[in-house]
Amino acid sequence: MVNRKVMGQIFSHLLLIFFSALFALPLFWLISTSLKPNSEIFIFPPRWIPSQPFWGHYRTAIEFIPFFRYLFNTLYICALSVVGSVVSCSLVAYGFSRIEWPERDALFMVLIATMMIPFAVTMIPLFIIFNRLRWINTFRPLIVPTYFAPAFYVFLLRQFFMTIPFELSDAARIDGASEFYIYRRIILPLAKPALAVVALFQFIGSWNDFLGPLIYLRSTEKYTLALGLQQFRSALLTEWGGLMAASTLVTLPIIVLFFFTQRTFIQGISLTGLKG
Amino acid sequence: MASAVVRKRRLQGLLFISPWLVGFLVFTLYPFVSSIYFSLTSYDVISPPEYIGLENYRNMMADPLVRKALYNTFYYAVFFIPLSTIWGICVALMLNLKVRGMTVYRTLFYIPSIVPIVASSMVWLWLLNPQYGIINGLIYLFFKVPGPGWITDPRLSKPSLILMGLWGIGQTALIYLASLQDVPESLYESAELDGANAFQKVIHVTIPMISPVILFNVIMGLIGTFQYFTQAYIMTGGGPADSTLFYALYLYNSAFRFFKMGYASAMAWLMFLVIFGLTVLTFSLSSRWVYYGGQAR
Repeated sequence: MVNRKVMGQIFSHLLLIFFSALFALPLFWLISTSLKPNSEIFIFPPRWIPSQPFWGHYRTAIEFIPFFRYLFNTLYICALSVVGSVVSCSLVAYGFSRIEWPERDALFMVLIATMMIPFAVTMIPLFIIFNRLRWINTFRPLIVPTYFAPAFYVFLLRQFFMTIPFELSDAARIDGASEFYIYRRIILPLAKPALAVVALFQFIGSWNDFLGPLIYLRSTEKYTLALGLQQFRSALLTEWGGLMAASTLVTLPIIVLFFFTQRTFIQGISLTGLKG
Repeated sequence: MASAVVRKRRLQGLLFISPWLVGFLVFTLYPFVSSIYFSLTSYDVISPPEYIGLENYRNMMADPLVRKALYNTFYYAVFFIPLSTIWGICVALMLNLKVRGMTVYRTLFYIPSIVPIVASSMVWLWLLNPQYGIINGLIYLFFKVPGPGWITDPRLSKPSLILMGLWGIGQTALIYLASLQDVPESLYESAELDGANAFQKVIHVTIPMISPVILFNVIMGLIGTFQYFTQAYIMTGGGPADSTLFYALYLYNSAFRFFKMGYASAMAWLMFLVIFGLTVLTFSLSSRWVYYGGQAR
């Protein structure tokens, strides 16, 4: 009996090790290639680990893409979008969950329905609007919409706000507190974990976004890292070492962020999970 | 009296949701409706739009590239959605095993899904490189034959992208995992008493219990497939021989490379109608296989 259990454990580990190795392989290969001199990249059969780490490709990457300029642009967009999403979505989620009013749930269904509209459907008129506002080639089209409560984050926050006991609000109301006071002093402090989820998801969304910057940003000094990476590839097609170094530089911050915020990620996934 | 209270609450509610309400009108509803108008015009952004009736729609019907793009997109959907459902559930079942060190495994499975798509596209271009890529390297190592051209081969380009998509399944798998953990243990116990083996328990207990989440993922998968853009734009640019010209990519090209905004708007509307139709179809078929606990089917 004990033996069978031990066998089961070993089998489970073998299964998990095999498949997680498969999942990790591409990223392993990314980093390994970025640290190899060309003489070790272009050989067949491939070599797994560089004989000694070679940093030259990182220099190429940082110099070819004005890395720190693009990093600054990306972080600027990320930071302002995070503020926008957290502030606007928490206000809207409050109105959709903590106050009772007649048309509330019908309007919330409209909000849910907007999540099903593909970006491509509104992409062209949006471009035309931003073009008329002379916002093309500025960061505004990438930032301003986040101040108008992206639907998905409103949905996440509403899910969370609904779990906060309503007695807290009622007690405060009896004491004469205004709705804004309750929002600011009671709900927001209690909702910190959910606000962190929104901040994290928006940050990663802005960092990873490609289509938005591709459409709205024209001059290279406005580029984000995602666009810079594509720029590198179209200019230096066969510089695989440099391309892998640049890809590592774009990916690494996200993975580091993930390691520091794993619990927030897990929280986010459980908030996404639909119940019933 | 009561109506004064109601009025006050409504005002407060509207005040709180006003950022979304304004955003909805300006960034969603207005673009949504005006794209109907633009789809009836010829418009290159520089000169003002010119009304041409249903011309764009007629041209679309005759455009072989629209047909090709629809074919490619459906091809991707037909293979990717079922495969990602099965594979996502398999990964979730693996991650639900009771072993030590599970957090490490979960991390390894999840990380690919947060890698920026631009970066993962570059990585896969390199993995799938016919000459120096590790995948063909492994094929040679094990089978002593040269591997195929992958994304440079029109027959294998779409399967290559599907393979890459299955690598990024972590997010979906964790959503399945969360729903697996909600399945009551007692159901498995009574299945065991009835003599069910592990496989039967998955088929007859797990799948029905998580079917609402499967439905959710299938619908998100449908919408996602029609938005499939970045990977194709970066890795293949639609080639070889238009074999990876997906609908969203052709739409982007029409709008921002050829500046046919009217034509692209018509394409966007066709896309919306197709997605809408498929979603309604999926929902109406879902009553046959989706089980909502505690409710009548």
